[in-house]
This record gives sequence, C-alpha cells and structure tokens, in this order.
Amino acid sequence: MSDSKALAQGEDKGFDFFGFVARFAPLIFLVALMILFALLQPRFLSSINLFNVMRQVSITGLLAIGMTFVILTAGIDLSIGSLVAFAGLVAAAVAKGGLQDRFTVGEGGIGYGWGLAALAAIAVGLIGGYIQGLAITRLKVPPFVVTLGGMSAFRGAALLFAAGGPISGFEPSFTWWGQGKIGPADLAVPVPVIIFLAAAALAHVALRYTRYGRKVYAVGGNPEAARLSGLNVNRMICSVYVIMGFFAGLGAFVLSARLNSAEAVAGTGYELTVIASVVIGGTSLFGGSGTIFGTVIGSILIGVLLNGLVLMNVSSYIQQIVIGIIIVLAVAFDTFAKSRRRRI
Amino acid sequence: MASQNGSRGKTSEVQSRLASLDSPHPTFADAKATFPRKGGRSAHSPLNLWMHDAEIAQPLRSVMTGTEAPSTPADEGPGRPILKMTGVSKQFPGVRALDGVDLEIAEGEIHALLGENGAGKSTLLKILSGAQSADKGRIELFGDEVRFESPHDAQRAGVVTIYQEFTLAPDMSIAENVFIGREPGSRLLVSWKRLAADTRAITDKIGLRRDPMTLVRDLSVAEQQLVEIARALSMRSRVIVMDEPTSALSEAEVANLATIVRKLRSEGISIIFVTHRLEEVFRLCDRYTVLRDGRLVGAGIVAATNVDAIIRMMVGRDVDALYGSRPIPEPGPIALEVKGLTRRRTAQDPHAIELIDVSLRLHHGEILGLAGLVGAGRTETARAIFGADRFDQGSIIVEGQPVSFTCPQDAMNCGIGLVPEDRKKQALFLRLAIRTNVTIAAHDQISRLGFFIDERKENKLVEQYRRLLSIRMASPDQAAGNLSGGNQQKVVLARWLALRPKILIVDEPTRGIDIGSKVEVHNLLVEMAKTGIAVLVISSELPEILAISDRIVTMREGRITGEISRTDATQENLMAMMTLHETPANAGPKIN
Repeated sequence: MSDSKALAQGEDKGFDFFGFVARFAPLIFLVALMILFALLQPRFLSSINLFNVMRQVSITGLLAIGMTFVILTAGIDLSIGSLVAFAGLVAAAVAKGGLQDRFTVGEGGIGYGWGLAALAAIAVGLIGGYIQGLAITRLKVPPFVVTLGGMSAFRGAALLFAAGGPISGFEPSFTWWGQGKIGPADLAVPVPVIIFLAAAALAHVALRYTRYGRKVYAVGGNPEAARLSGLNVNRMICSVYVIMGFFAGLGAFVLSARLNSAEAVAGTGYELTVIASVVIGGTSLFGGSGTIFGTVIGSILIGVLLNGLVLMNVSSYIQQIVIGIIIVLAVAFDTFAKSRRRRI
Repeated sequence: MASQNGSRGKTSEVQSRLASLDSPHPTFADAKATFPRKGGRSAHSPLNLWMHDAEIAQPLRSVMTGTEAPSTPADEGPGRPILKMTGVSKQFPGVRALDGVDLEIAEGEIHALLGENGAGKSTLLKILSGAQSADKGRIELFGDEVRFESPHDAQRAGVVTIYQEFTLAPDMSIAENVFIGREPGSRLLVSWKRLAADTRAITDKIGLRRDPMTLVRDLSVAEQQLVEIARALSMRSRVIVMDEPTSALSEAEVANLATIVRKLRSEGISIIFVTHRLEEVFRLCDRYTVLRDGRLVGAGIVAATNVDAIIRMMVGRDVDALYGSRPIPEPGPIALEVKGLTRRRTAQDPHAIELIDVSLRLHHGEILGLAGLVGAGRTETARAIFGADRFDQGSIIVEGQPVSFTCPQDAMNCGIGLVPEDRKKQALFLRLAIRTNVTIAAHDQISRLGFFIDERKENKLVEQYRRLLSIRMASPDQAAGNLSGGNQQKVVLARWLALRPKILIVDEPTRGIDIGSKVEVHNLLVEMAKTGIAVLVISSELPEILAISDRIVTMREGRITGEISRTDATQENLMAMMTLHETPANAGPKIN
C-alpha cells in the first residue's frame, strides 16, 4: 500500500507511532547505518564512494524491482542469478557477432551492436520467465520448486552456451551502458544508476496507478477472492514471472556492459541479495503488501551495508553472515509489526 | 498413556472386550437382523435401514401427521451417568457461544446432541474434547471432576472425538493410524507384527476387513471412519463423540455404522451422536439434548418425544419483530434457470458435497431463498452456477440463452454476481484499501486510456456506493480489514452493485454481523429486487430466509427437497423439509 494510505489509516486512530516506525523502518535504518559508517570511516561519505555504492546496487536493484512483483503475488524466483548469466552470455555473443573471437575487442568487426544485444538479453529473460510462469500455473508446481529447477537449468544452459570460457571485450557503445556517466565531471551519475532509478519510477507507476498493479496486489492479497471477482489469477501469476524475466534480461545486459565481459558463473548468489532487498524493503513474503519505494531503499541498504563493511576491512565471509542475520531479523520485525498492528 | 507399558497390556484387554461382540462381521443385513427388539417388526425398506424397532418408527410417522405419540419407554432406561457437564459457558469476542449448558451421558447410551447451525454444538464438543477450555462450568467423569487442557488429556481420560474431517494420515497404514504414538514394541523399535495383530483384533470386530497395512489413502470414506473408530477403541475410550458421522456416507454405509454403534453401546461405551438427520435420532439414539443459541433448551428420552417437538426446540425463537411483512411482488420474466445440475465426488476430493439433479428457476425482481443445513449443497449450487466450480451434468440458462461458464469472469459477463459465503476468505482483500476492494471488478468504469486507474473516477464511484449503502468508514484508503463485519459485507455488496448485475447470488449475507447491520443488508437486498435484479439468497438462518424471500426452495444432501411460498412457510415446516426425507403433509402447497 502506498504511504498516503498508511497516513489515512493512521487518521482514524490518532497518530500511530508504532505503525509509523514500522512503515518507515527501512528508511530509518538506512539513515542510521549511514551515520554510523560516516562516523567510523569518513571516506564513506565521499561522492566517489556513494556513487560507487549506487552503481553496485543498481544491478541487484533492477532485479529486486522485478522480484517485488513476484513476491507481491506470494511467489518467489530463485532462478534469476542463472538467468542473468545465460542472458548476459547471449547478449555478449550477439554483440560480438558470434562465439568465434570471444576475447578480441570487436572494432569494426561483424558484431550486431548494443541494441540487438540488449534486445537478445531481454528476450532470453522474457522467455525464461514465461516458461517458469507456465510451469507454476499450468503444472501447479509451487514457485519455489519451479524456480529452483530453473536455477539449475539456466545455469546449465549458460555453461553449455559459453563452452567454459568468458566472452569479453565489447565496443565502447556497449560498455557505456555499464561504465558510462552522465552529467558534469565531479557530479556525473553512472548510467546503470539512471537505468535503475528510471525503471523503479516506471514500476512504481505500474503498481500504484494502473489496473495491472491493482490486480497484482489483489491476487497476492487473496487469490480466491480475486478469482471470484473475475480476475484471471493464472494469467496474473504468469505475468509477474515474465516481468521478473524482463528485469533479469535488462540486468544481464547492464552487468555485461559494466564488467566488459560475460561469463557462465555471473550472478551467482544474486537470488539471496535480491530477495533480501525486497524483504528488507518491507514487502511481505505472504503477498499483497509492499512497495517499489521500499524495495529501492532495501536495495540501497544492502549496498551500503556491504560497502561499509568493505571500507572497515571486514572479511567477506563475515559480510555473508551479517546479511543472513539481517534477512531473518527483517522478516521477524515485519511479522512482529503486523501482529502489533492487528491487536490495536 | 503413550508409554509402552500402557500399550503392552492393551492387546489382551482390547481383544477380550471386543470378543464379546456378537457378530464378527456386521453386514448390510445386520442392520435389520441383529437387533430385533421385543419381537418388533423390522423395517425392510432400504430407506429405513436405521429402523430397528417399528415401535419407535411409529411415533415418527404419527407425529408428522399430527397425531399423539404413543409412549414407548426406553428399553433399559439410562444406565449410571458416566459423564456430566454442568453450567458450561464459553464467551467469544462478541458472541456468547455457550451459556450454562448441562449435558449428562449415561453408560452405554447413544445420546443425540441436536441444534441448528451456530447453536453451540461444536463449541460444546470442543470443550469436551479438550480442544478449547470453558470459561465456566464443570465436567465430571465417573463422578470425579476433570479438566481437559488438551485433546490428549481427554483421550487419556477415555473421551475420544471423531470429527467430520478425519484426522488420519492418508499415507500411513491403517495399523499406524490406529496406534499412532502408541505403537507396540520396545522403547525404540516398533513391533510391526504385534502392531498388525493388535489392529486386526480391533478392525475385525467392527467389520473393517482390510489388511492392517493398507494405506488409509486407499480406503473409502466409510472405511476411514471405521479406522477412526478403531483408534478410539484402541484408546479404551468410554465416551466416543461422533460429529455428523453420517453426513458423507451412503445409505448402506450408514446402516453398517448403525450396527457398529449399537454394538459399542452393548459394550457399555457411550456415544454422543451429532447429526442433522432427525430420522437417525429416532432410529438410533436413546436420549437427546437440544441446544439453541448457546443454551440448553431440552433434553430427555427420544422415545418419549416426537419430531415436531424436537424441531420446535431447535428453531424456538420467533421471527424477528424487526421485519415487517412485505407483499410478494409479481414475478418478472425468468432470469435464471438451472436444470438437472449434478456434481459427483471425485477420487481427488472424496469429501466434496455432491449435487444431484438440482433444478431451480429465478425470476427478475424476486428474492428466492435457498434454505438447507450446512452441507446440503447450497453453496456448491451457487458456485457451480457462477462458474467457480465445475459440474458434471446439467444446464444453466440465463434469460433464455443456454450458457456455459468456465470461470467467474464468464458468469460476470452474463450479468451474474456472487457474494461468497466467507467474506474474509473469499471476498475481501483485508489489507488493501476499501476503494481497491470496491472497484476491483469494475476497472472498466474507472480506467483512463484503458490502462491507468483514474483515481478521481474511482473515488466518485466509491463515494456513490458509500452513500447508497451507508458504509461507515473513515476514508476509502482505509484497509478493509479494519471495518466492522457489517460494513465489510456492504463493501462486498458495493463491488457487485457497481457492476449492475442482472442476477445476484448472496451466500450467507449476514453471517457474523450485528443485528442492526443485518436489517440494513436485508433492506438492501429487497431494494435490489425492486429494481428488477433477480436475487438468490442462501442462508442458514431460517428467520432471515423467512424475512426476505418471496419464495423458498429447500435442499438436503445435494437435492432439492421442496419449494414453498413465503406466505405458507414457517420455521417448523422449513426445518422439516430440510431435515426429513419426506415432506410433512402440512408443508403447504407446491407452487410454480
């Protein structure tokens, strides 16, 4: 639900302090974390570092936008990391005009250009998502299982396609989408950040202001009621996996551009970061409640946390432990806040 | 109890107790043959399989025609009381479920617990089985006060409840289900041989002739019920509570169950028998207790009462004075016709409620009441019409056009709306805003460019129906879950009214809402009918049906059992049409 709804809900009971904190918890936690890191490590607040955080966040953030649609319907998609790897390889191969000269920079070569490469990555994502959506709705297999299968199958497809090696060295027009910047020299915004924020704005509009968005919340909130209200629940559920696939394809394109390389092991473990971003952003795993705004905050929160830990020379192993604990705490907090709200 | 020494000693005891049962394999014929009492003439019609004593059957027939019931004393009279509940009260938020109820069960009797839906039977059973605790009152077992904190406590004390929905593990064997948690053997290992032998000792005696290692999944519903009974026997229970044990059984299976229940009685086991079928009470039970609105309204010996008296006790209250009488309107053209709707159980869903040859006709501008007890097939009929559930045979005709719906959207396109039975589970999006709830089916009316939601149009639509239905809410952005039950129901009604339906099916329109809102909802339904909408109301509350329907159709066990005009209908004759096989002679003329 949107913030305005939350405020309206507060009005009939006076100011609900607990409800307010619960709703803005991710934002409050993010600000607190930034203050903490700024005090501990002054380098954290430099504009270079902050843009760096945002650039790192932008790819998992793109995926988290798609994942928000999925989780709003009480679904889950574990296959995104593998799908990103596969789609990235296909984009790379298109950009290079094939798999022959995978290591040479394609100056004046026979590549098909970044446009077709991006379309190819997105097409792979859409098809992958559609297949999984069909399996979930037609075969009635739970999303967890279908996408667990997808996680393995797409990774296999990526390994098969890459035949073991990475594809690297793209034209500057391709890498610009991952490495370029827009704006004056000292305040230049990285292109992936712009893509991420633009996509977030679009997704926000889609969920908040369109008929489609309403139906997503309805199907997630109560599938039986949605069906009895004339909604085609299966089609809706299938569609969110297609949307997830779109963002996986787009993310794969931007990732390949940023790394100037695509490889079959890319995106490993992304599902964890992405699901964590969405959940920390306040979207309920039981469906029907959550916002894109929350997801954006959740994504940045995880990025800031990792960045701060790196700046403080905390081992990457410990970082994983911290992320794991935070996911559990975020869901526990959500459950607690809900039971609190219901009692009032 | 679940300890090993308990189960070790059990085998012989169970076997010896069961050994005294006369016929090892009760059959279909036993129902008629095994228990001839006082040389009475046995009933031979297949419909009268429960009938073991024509002298008891006689009053049943005579009361229906209004003649005096001959006094038939109970055969042995009640034995010593073994279970006594006194002054049991239970309060739920907003509802007093039980108010000082007494229940006394004698040793070796079959005791009928009767009452309308919501009379408090289930709550009483839950308290007796330890699933819930009473606020007030005491339970005595063999003269000692007991407190059941959990179902386990109750079972240990010898009180076992068999619910309508069985609690068996389908992928485990009969033997494992019977002795679940109490398997014979050493501390660590289960002795499968003894498990099978002990199980067979019990199942043979109750006529379940199946290998103890058969998976429960592969048994029929009736056989599964026998497994539940076997489990109760294995726990050496003294009181077995059966909650509507016959609702899912065929006539032959019911007869078999009757035989078994009587055998248990002869063993000194007491049975509490909850049923909606009054015939069964008169054919099987020794004594009865009737609850209404959470209070005890009558108890006594079955043979000393009659169907009319029991029905009067069950319905009791007068039609609410809040409803004025309203002339029956001239029926408009036929809006909906259902012909021969039939829906069979399937292997995947053996507990599903069947529909058998359901036909009805609904006119524009009338309110047709569909009455029946829980499980009669009313909701299933509505869902089949609406395209929410499949059906096997039959046809649906909307305004003269045969239609075939594969999903609710199809039905909506034909102008049919359904307000479902359970508004929280099937109708509302509790965490979403009221306006989302109102407009979810009417996006066509509030969209811009066919894609975006025009919030100004949306708010206008919500405001229009807020006024029309006087929905009390702080703001359309409020979550629907924060509204009271009555306002929630109005939100659901608003959703359907916004679509301007030609036919509206309303299932339990006022369940769980306060009396003031009830009257408001009733008036709304009447207003809708006045505008020409054909309204089909399903309700378990007879006063509600009587207050708003122009015509009433009753259902029982998936069949239509009668039709009556409101002017001829009374709670008593409706209850009879809902519970008896045959329509009482005074039920009034059939119309239409």
